[in-house]
Amino acid sequence: MRDNWVVIKDLSYYRAGKPIFKKVNFNIPQGKITAIMGPSGCGKTTLLRLIGGQLSPRRGEIFVNEKNIPRLSRRQLYHARQDMGLLFQSGALFTNLSVFENVAFPLREHTHLPEEFIHDLVLLKLEAVGLRGARNLMPYALSGGMARRVALARTIVFDPKLIMYDEPFTGLDPLSMGAISKLIKELNEILGVTSILVSHDVQETLKIADYVYMISEGHIMGEGTPEEITKHTSPWIQQFIRGLPDGVVRFHYPAQNYQEDLLGES
Amino acid sequence: MRFIEIVVGLFMMAGLIAFAMLALKVSGLSTELTQPGYVVMAYFDNVGDLKIRAPVTLGGVRIGQITDIQLDDTNYRAKVSFRINASENKIPEDSSASIFTAGLLGSNYISISPGYDDVFLKEGSTIQSTHSALILENLIGQFLFSINKQDKSEGKSK
Amino acid sequence: MSAFAWIRRLGHWGLNCCARVGRAGIFLFLTIFRFPRPVRSFPLLVEQIYVEGVLSLSIIVVSGLFIGMVVGLQGYNTLSKFNATQQLGNLIALSVVRELGPVVTALLFAGRAGSALTAEIGLMKATEQLASMEMMGIDPLWRVISPRFWAGVISLPMLAAIFSIVAILGGYLIGVKWLGVDAGAFWNNMQSSVDFKIDVFNGWIKSCVFGVVVTWIAVFQGYDCEPTSEGISRATTHSVVYASLIVLGLDFILTTMMMGGW
Repeated sequence: MRDNWVVIKDLSYYRAGKPIFKKVNFNIPQGKITAIMGPSGCGKTTLLRLIGGQLSPRRGEIFVNEKNIPRLSRRQLYHARQDMGLLFQSGALFTNLSVFENVAFPLREHTHLPEEFIHDLVLLKLEAVGLRGARNLMPYALSGGMARRVALARTIVFDPKLIMYDEPFTGLDPLSMGAISKLIKELNEILGVTSILVSHDVQETLKIADYVYMISEGHIMGEGTPEEITKHTSPWIQQFIRGLPDGVVRFHYPAQNYQEDLLGES
Repeated sequence: MRFIEIVVGLFMMAGLIAFAMLALKVSGLSTELTQPGYVVMAYFDNVGDLKIRAPVTLGGVRIGQITDIQLDDTNYRAKVSFRINASENKIPEDSSASIFTAGLLGSNYISISPGYDDVFLKEGSTIQSTHSALILENLIGQFLFSINKQDKSEGKSK
Repeated sequence: MSAFAWIRRLGHWGLNCCARVGRAGIFLFLTIFRFPRPVRSFPLLVEQIYVEGVLSLSIIVVSGLFIGMVVGLQGYNTLSKFNATQQLGNLIALSVVRELGPVVTALLFAGRAGSALTAEIGLMKATEQLASMEMMGIDPLWRVISPRFWAGVISLPMLAAIFSIVAILGGYLIGVKWLGVDAGAFWNNMQSSVDFKIDVFNGWIKSCVFGVVVTWIAVFQGYDCEPTSEGISRATTHSVVYASLIVLGLDFILTTMMMGGW
């Protein structure tokens, strides 16, 4: 069995001429939860889109299950994506379909399964996220946490080998957050899927992750198991996980001298 | 879903019927397609402003339409072919064809005056007796000429 | 601003335009040659014909009726000066079948169905529904765009034919029932002057071309929009404005071609 399901080598990516990643390397071990942490706007979501093939890197290679994603043809890429699942931050449910139909959507599109089989499979997945009773609701009637759980059920309905979670904890109340975090852990343990967790929620992430990458400004600032990260010597990491307002990372966006700014141009 | 399918089916039908109506009712394709007929020819010295698809009438009733107008280059006359509806199959062979104008500025059409023969027109027959179109300019010319002549003769008699 | 900066801005704008046209072309190519699986795409197509065609029917019928009536009224007044009111039938039929039918239908379609298409697809993009479909391994060009595109291409000629018939009936109502033109003269003159190939068939070709153009612009504007509220509203406006302008321009070009100018 291979150790690493996703291998990223020398990845460089630019957006509007600005570097988002500069020659970074990631190894995502199979069957583990790997967390990628960093401040907002450091390119965490971009990384997931690169792995999913929705964006192409300027340089570098991205292997998912030994397939080089940026080199695949359109057809091969769509085929490869059937083994991946990406849980969007917004949930991205189809607003014109009910909860049941949303979860059934990938099955109906990809397979010719009989209706009873789809019915059972969808209820099984909805039961797993605890929303079997909400199957007839429309997406607008769902709370943020419920929508994300429905989206998770839709993501796992095809039993992907790799699930990517984009900010799964953002904007949730503690109860929903606990439910999602428990689901991520359980899915990983029961189904043995490889999980990539992108988040800036330190406490919740360190609790469930097996391995953590910290990224900022296009570089990997540190990596290791949650214990190693908490004891890390880098002042940047310490400031990030403790959430200190001022430290190596300045509270202020780079600006000219305050006094000059106020008095200078009058 | 079933409702939508039925409504869409009705919509497609309405569209096709509308198109069929445009083709048959508005552009008059029906007279060519649905009514069988036979083609008859006639030679005219001058067809004036006669056009393809202009009506052919008998006693004011439309019985067919012009299908083709060509120049016969052996005798320099215009060869006009027209289709007469199959139901009008008792038109004597010695009938005559004239080109008339509908109103003062209207379009030209062919009017057929029936003859007395027992033999009837059939596919490929030729109408022998024809009257060409009245050309307005020629008429005016003749009119002016005759007025001049009248003036002169009146002058002489004085 | 210096002249140099102006030139640079012009160049930037030109490059953007070229890139956009190129993207639109690739997009159309990918949409058309996304070989549909017939059994699966058919219900999607039917649903979209309902949304785009059937729901546009009321506005098409009402405007067709009124336009036919107005042309009848104006035509009658003008023709009566030349004592040629029997020609009312062909005046109405020719103007409707050749020009008003295809053009007005395309303009109304751009406003009614085109803008809705753009907004719908733009919103699907903004809420990441298209991206999530891609990540499920389902091509949104095939699942979302292609049925909408083909439904528009099929619906518009149908709507144009219905519009023409209704407009001619409207003219008939005004001319024959109200103003007293002889019914026989009305229909006979119409039939003898309207030619199937030159008028009806060419009008149909026009409406097919407009169907492709209007729907293409609508779906592309939605698919290519900036995924924000302003982006969607801008894309919707652009969809209607571009579609209308291009329809009017193309109509001139097509008419020139059909009249043998080329």
